[in-house]
Amino acid sequence: MQTSTELTRLVLGRLSWEALPLHEPILVWTFIAVAMAGACLIGAVTYYRLWGPFWREWVTSIDHKKIGIMYVVLGLVMLLRGFADALMMRAQQALAFGGSQGYLPPHHYDQIFTAHGVIMIFFVAMPLVTGLMNFVVPLQIGARDVAFPFLNNFSFWMTTFGAALVMMSLFVGEFARTGWLAYPPLSGLAASPDVGVDYYIWSLQIAGVGTLLSGINLIATIIKMRAPGMTLMKMPVFTWTALCTNVLIVAAFPVLTAVLVLLSLDRYVGTSFFTNDLGGNAMMYVNLIWIWGHPEVYILILPAFGVFSEVVATFCGKRLFGYASMVYATVVITILSYLVWLHHFFTMGSGASVNSFFGITTMIISIPTGAKMFNWLFTMYRGRIRFELPMLWTLGFMLTFVLGGMSGVLLAVPPADFVLHNSLFLVAHFHNVIIGGVVFGMLAGMTYWFPKAFGYRLDPFWGKCSFWFWLVGFYFAFMPLYVLGLMGVTRRLSHFEDPSLQIWFQIAAFGAVLILLGIVSLIVQLAVSYARRESLRDTTGDPWDGRTLEWSTSSPPPAYNFAFTPRVYDNDTWADMKKSHYQRPRTGFIPIHMPQNTAAGFVIAALCAVCGFALIWRMWLPAVVAFAAALAAIIVHTFNYKRDYHIPATEVAHAENERTRVLEGYV
Amino acid sequence: MSLLKQKSCHWGGRALLGVSIALLAGNAQAGAHFSSALVLLHPAGMVAAQQGHLIVVSTLLMLLVIVPVMALTVLFAWRYRGSNSRAHYAPDWDHSTQLELVIWSAPLLIIIALGAVTWISTHTLDPYRPLQRAAGMPPVASPKPLVVEVVALDWKWLFIYPEQGIAAVNELAAPVDTPIDFKITAASVMNSFFIPALAGQIYAMPGMQTQLHAVINRAGDYEGFSANYSGAGFSDMRFKFHGLSSAEFARWVQTVRSKGGTLDSGRYLQLERPSERVPVSRYGTVASGLFDSIVARSLMGSHLSPGREH
Repeated sequence: MQTSTELTRLVLGRLSWEALPLHEPILVWTFIAVAMAGACLIGAVTYYRLWGPFWREWVTSIDHKKIGIMYVVLGLVMLLRGFADALMMRAQQALAFGGSQGYLPPHHYDQIFTAHGVIMIFFVAMPLVTGLMNFVVPLQIGARDVAFPFLNNFSFWMTTFGAALVMMSLFVGEFARTGWLAYPPLSGLAASPDVGVDYYIWSLQIAGVGTLLSGINLIATIIKMRAPGMTLMKMPVFTWTALCTNVLIVAAFPVLTAVLVLLSLDRYVGTSFFTNDLGGNAMMYVNLIWIWGHPEVYILILPAFGVFSEVVATFCGKRLFGYASMVYATVVITILSYLVWLHHFFTMGSGASVNSFFGITTMIISIPTGAKMFNWLFTMYRGRIRFELPMLWTLGFMLTFVLGGMSGVLLAVPPADFVLHNSLFLVAHFHNVIIGGVVFGMLAGMTYWFPKAFGYRLDPFWGKCSFWFWLVGFYFAFMPLYVLGLMGVTRRLSHFEDPSLQIWFQIAAFGAVLILLGIVSLIVQLAVSYARRESLRDTTGDPWDGRTLEWSTSSPPPAYNFAFTPRVYDNDTWADMKKSHYQRPRTGFIPIHMPQNTAAGFVIAALCAVCGFALIWRMWLPAVVAFAAALAAIIVHTFNYKRDYHIPATEVAHAENERTRVLEGYV
Repeated sequence: MSLLKQKSCHWGGRALLGVSIALLAGNAQAGAHFSSALVLLHPAGMVAAQQGHLIVVSTLLMLLVIVPVMALTVLFAWRYRGSNSRAHYAPDWDHSTQLELVIWSAPLLIIIALGAVTWISTHTLDPYRPLQRAAGMPPVASPKPLVVEVVALDWKWLFIYPEQGIAAVNELAAPVDTPIDFKITAASVMNSFFIPALAGQIYAMPGMQTQLHAVINRAGDYEGFSANYSGAGFSDMRFKFHGLSSAEFARWVQTVRSKGGTLDSGRYLQLERPSERVPVSRYGTVASGLFDSIVARSLMGSHLSPGREH
């Protein structure tokens, strides 16, 4: 009898029926809704016999364009979850006044704000950024694919399975109640003995592997695979920002991995890196996680800056003003982002000189950022501005982001930070730069490159609805938070006493509803655009009169991107080619060497996720088995010699000549 | 404040309208109420007042560059709109050395100014630095500071007055115009000790001691709380800070001393256990060296067991 209990424990660990949140009606109804939607989706895929194509053309695909699209889809799906959390928080804070505790008990509310932060940064912003870089960078530099196509597929699935673990915590067990950076001692075993923090650790570790590998992949791609003639100073600005972002990823993410390993050792093996006793020091964790955390915000914002640079030049019909200073500004930001981490905890009690140093380095970052802002401004100067959707997002960004930058520099003044730290002013600040910068940037990028990916434009009417709801909603949602911060209101509170504050929370909740309408408009926009795709069709491959190489291929581009590797003479290569009346080649096509799809990435990532799940619940036997299986799958994959194939020259010639004919129909 | 309170009794939209109309019309009374609600800009302590002043100065400095950028963005977007064929169009103009110099030096100059302000203010307002009289601020009355030892517990605040030999939970009092020397620690998880009207916050960390020098210059009752999320009972981890006249403070100490119980290590270990929404309690006698043993983590409490549920 005893051996059977031990065996059960070895297999099931802490997992039991009690892990299912049957006593929480909100979660039960959420689960029913998700299950029904999932069943409909699975039913539809089965009915239309799409499993085969889905597996062959998407899941196992190593085409950077498809992987890029899948990253963006992942980011958008997770945005819905992260935003649902945001709505629940805004509703709770608008209601929980006076004697009322609101509708969410702290146990649930604390999980929601933790999940909101983790999901929005790791599983919304990161996939959107990585997705855009994946799709655009090889096309912008005239490459066939990324440097390591299989690794790219594996990275995507690691990120996705990390997200899946976070989602699973909703219905099996619970998520961390620690805030999005899980500071110990609160995240230590003594204060958080349940599975929440373990879900946090393993979902980030698994997704982190994906992010790191994709960083290495894109650096190698940009350094080694640029078209001949494209020197570093002729690279499009988006590619420059992608290069800097991936350098940041490769230098910063190992720090996150290491600090989470130390935290898991504390939790699993009983070490004392961050515990209160036996020589542990929790502030070491806080330092380490922000040494990753601060570069992380630049990892997100730099590609957004890249998007705005592309968009502003294209829609002003003008060369980007100050290309060189834009590049230097990007590089300076990259380097400085490592010298500012302590500004996240001036209030730790470090000395005045240390605080001044980190305060001033932080302010210095605003100099190159300010220079960038002026560069966009002077690109508009003497341009011919077309107010298409991507340009609207860019203008919204320019007006909104400067306010966030200003509040950021204010927070960098240590004595001011002593009163503003952890307040709703801070919350308003980082939403101001992340929504006004990253989100607007990603939405601009998605609308800008959507026709490249799918061959038709997004519907402008619903896009404009989305833009205005987001923009106005942002101001309604976050300006009250600035005011509340100046009233001395701190963040992460689940209820309040002072009734005079309630009105500000109600305005903020109204703003969140406007943003909801913005997101709904975005979904409607996608649906309407798909339905109207024939009238929105673009056969030229260059719907915006673009300036960089990605606009020289067809939309969507062929699997091989470019039949011939282009030669580059100018930073605005495609604009230069158009100006010199570039003629498409009609003969001389040769077979193209291409990488072969493989299921290995999906399989290895899935096994890693199983291993992570088993470790979360202390299911030692399944954990060991899954880990061994993942290792075996990696070894088996190394013996896979069917890694490439050739597209025959006749097939290339056919596709290219077909396109030449279509294009000539326009002349 | 009281006007805002009245307004919120009505439904939200009307209150919003009322406040914005009052502000727009420059209604002096409503404006004054609103600005006094912004406690960071109108605090009652000298340190917080200087910090609030710094917020205003830094913001004004930055507006020197922010306002022109925003105005130019709108101006250029309008002037160079595609339909305006009269505007000059220069598709290949992408460089100007003079302009680049301005672009880089304008933010640089502002940051040099702000950097100087930062260096000086960070040193003068260092929470570890004993108070000095600042220009334009009321003088510090008593040269001898009041020492208060602060312990963040799950989820309440313990204040020990070592010189008076008393302690209180979730209640803090100090005489006006007297420097206060806070020594701060925590029992189990990190919190942040913050009274917005008094001075900036500082972390309360287990096994460590931080410091804060402050002074309250106006008598009154102020809000204090934890400004760093610390778990389930965090939202109710609030206390009242009473700024009292010297006589009132002496009376308060006398009351606590005569009516309060005893706080020894045994009672402290009971107190240390997690509890929420804890009412004010007072202790007339406190075991000497209690705060030091909490910082040194030498009291055998629940925090040494590996897990609360295990």
